[in-house]
Amino acid sequence: MSTQQTYPIDVESIRQDFPILSRKVGGDVTVAGESENDTEPLVYLDNGATSQTPTQVVDAIVDYYYGYNANVHRGIHQLSQEASVAYEEAHDRVAAFINANGREEIVFTKNTTEAMNLVAYAWGLEALGPGDSVVATEMEHHASLVTWQQICKRTGAEIRYIQIDDEGRLDMDHAAELIDDSTRMVSAVHVSNTLGTVNPVGDLCDLAHEHDAFAFIDGAQAVPTRPVDVKAIDADFYAFSGHKMLGPTGIGVLYGKEEILEAMNPYLYGGEMIRSVTYEDSTWEDLPWKFEAGTPVIEQGIALHAAIDYLDDIGMENVQKHEELLAEYAYDELSAYDDVTIYGPPGDDRGGLVAFNVDGVHAHDLSSILNDYAVAIRAGDHCTQPLHDKLGAPASARASFYIYNTTDEIDRLVEAVDAARQLFA
Amino acid sequence: MGLGSDMYRQQILDHYKSPRNYGEMEDPTFTHVGENPSCGDTIKIDVQLDDDEETIEYVTFSGDGCAISQASASMLSERLQGMSLDELHDLDTDDITEMLGVTISPMRVKCAVLARQVAQDGAKLYHGDVEDLDITKTED
Repeated sequence: MSTQQTYPIDVESIRQDFPILSRKVGGDVTVAGESENDTEPLVYLDNGATSQTPTQVVDAIVDYYYGYNANVHRGIHQLSQEASVAYEEAHDRVAAFINANGREEIVFTKNTTEAMNLVAYAWGLEALGPGDSVVATEMEHHASLVTWQQICKRTGAEIRYIQIDDEGRLDMDHAAELIDDSTRMVSAVHVSNTLGTVNPVGDLCDLAHEHDAFAFIDGAQAVPTRPVDVKAIDADFYAFSGHKMLGPTGIGVLYGKEEILEAMNPYLYGGEMIRSVTYEDSTWEDLPWKFEAGTPVIEQGIALHAAIDYLDDIGMENVQKHEELLAEYAYDELSAYDDVTIYGPPGDDRGGLVAFNVDGVHAHDLSSILNDYAVAIRAGDHCTQPLHDKLGAPASARASFYIYNTTDEIDRLVEAVDAARQLFA
Repeated sequence: MGLGSDMYRQQILDHYKSPRNYGEMEDPTFTHVGENPSCGDTIKIDVQLDDDEETIEYVTFSGDGCAISQASASMLSERLQGMSLDELHDLDTDDITEMLGVTISPMRVKCAVLARQVAQDGAKLYHGDVEDLDITKTED
């Protein structure tokens, strides 16, 4: 048990920025927000699902609505110009954060799933056909797995899955076998949301490019937790979500290489994305606006900018170190029990999450008991049903960590897991 | 707040660890299956009716899943014996939570009512009130 743990980041001061972390839980769940029946301090370990929001990000939202709320790109009035500049600068900020060339390569979407669908519809439906293949992995999130599976069904292309080994790592020999000249797209998750595996995405992109295929990397669990450089990875497409990295829900990011996005047709038609319209035909706006039809996610873009500022102040190398420290600690503590099965690679080689099961205790029962200990985790298949089938478990419990979590909170998790073991023994 | 979990009182754990009427019948009057796909809970219920074709004589269940779904099925298998199909039809969610004797959190209600839903749908299929229902699902 830890008492005087030292961290790579100033967790105590970070926690001060997150008011929700000081709330209590345990009372009536039909009343939103803290009520008098809530008595136990919250331990929030469900960051892989969504992260909490610091005051700096909420302040940015408030400043926008109270100070310069307007629609973008269509008003000459001052508020609209201020909002347009802020919204466009949010694209620049994201571009710099992941080392893209500029705003042309950054499309704001609703979430990672929509970014995936944008490419699947705008590129996949047109480019794919019988004789082509899309190569994904066995650990894909449904966002990518279901999307490519269905696009392949519609186009007659074949979907293939790179298998995982016993420790939950990608079998790269198998990848080299599957990716061949029929392959048009390699779609792989950067950090598995179930196994915690950090995949060699640069190698996968290289394999794709050797066969003139594109590579799409799902970075939903990676961008919030580590430095990501899309140029170093050489991804053709890369996607992530704002709400897993201190931002609000409702915004995702699609990165695409400029020349590839340029060659693609729009995904959604309508206002904002056009340059000129006649009754007969239309032409498209420049990147990235060509892919942002309708009134876009202005508030969310501005808030994501603030979230990135917050993370950059801490430093993504430090965020990653903190994640790894907590993951290893949780892995080691839970491994002490023979009847606990942890999925994925060893503790010193994983992203900041631990999915596990306790023999004889269904993950939902476990989650209910943990909830009684005020410990919030995820229980279910984590949008990786085929992977869970392969693991032989219909569901698992997943604790996922972020910058404000401590080893004391993991001790509380382990205490609750032990209580569940004893209850069901 | 009850550390040790109110939802897992002794009765639930007892039925989960030692399920009553667990198994499959050789020649049931009717049988039906159900699942909660997101949880992985599965329940199969076999029902033997009396000669009057109205009174439930014997019920067995089999399946896999969380303690709430399996204990609920076990308790229901006892409760249904001697009950009429009309009475089965009238069982509502409150009856099930009352039978379980604990407060079921909103997210877990579908686990608790799975067995009841399977039994009710099985009876409806037997009566021909519904058709084309291969499997009962209690998703939101």
